Amino acid sequence: MNTADQYLKAIYLAQRIDDGPASTGTLADLLEVSPASVNEMIGKLEERGLVEHEKYKGASLTDEGLERAHDALQTYCIIERFLANVLEVEEFREEAHALEAVIDDTVAERLDTIIDRPEECPDCFDPEADCCKYLEVPTRAD
Amino acid sequence: MSLGQRVSSDHQLARLLQIGVVLEEVVESRAAHHLESLPADERETIDDEVRALLAEAAEESAEHRERLETLVDDLDAETVAYEEINALVDAQYGPPEDTDGVLYDQLCNEETAYKFYDDLIEAVEASDAEFAIDRDRLLETLYDIREEEREGVEEVTEIMERRA
Repeated sequence: MNTADQYLKAIYLAQRIDDGPASTGTLADLLEVSPASVNEMIGKLEERGLVEHEKYKGASLTDEGLERAHDALQTYCIIERFLANVLEVEEFREEAHALEAVIDDTVAERLDTIIDRPEECPDCFDPEADCCKYLEVPTRAD
Repeated sequence: MSLGQRVSSDHQLARLLQIGVVLEEVVESRAAHHLESLPADERETIDDEVRALLAEAAEESAEHRERLETLVDDLDAETVAYEEINALVDAQYGPPEDTDGVLYDQLCNEETAYKFYDDLIEAVEASDAEFAIDRDRLLETLYDIREEEREGVEEVTEIMERRA
């Protein structure tokens, strides 16, 4: 997943968390980057027609941006679900964040052929829990 | 969230190689499922060329898997057994409609594997991390496998073009 898609996904989640335009602060927290980096990228995404930015309010996805954010979140859900249910990784959230930049959409699509994902994906993604609300979370086998 | 495309630790490298093993297992299992899923009459008429392609794909994936497993083992990690992935493929498998569908799925397999190894190589090359396994050995294994995936893409494409 490229950097732009990671940002679009974060804006989508931040809009749900903020219940309105995504603030720079929320985005910087979600992406673990500086507010300056966020503002720079928002400008680029705005030029590409994927985001609308209103001063002092924040960023909102355009229809095209929303579509791409949906796809990116779906890819992310596949990675999390694959890590949690197939590889049984307990720290699947952290690992999914670390791996998402290296896992391409086409690779995620193949991994998707062996996981059981709800029809409503990615709407069932819970931004607060940072995973799908239906995901069965693995526990450490002691 | 890491926005960079690089492998920064043994742990992350092992995880990516584990994913590579699963992808190979998926290819191997789907190739076997495709042959079994075709109706008996079509199975008899399925071109020898396509049958050979699927058999070769399964064999090559098994060989790639073994090479990756050796690396994962040297990183003190484990891989998911083929039987487990085969069962998951089985649970979700929807057979392609016909031979062209089988070939298209096989093309997706090869293209996906190529893309995966290409990205992984790039992420390893972009990293300064010291891994517990020799970097040259790691990269050479990945270059070899990527090359075979590239040849696989060409092979399926040629068969598809001949049939078109």
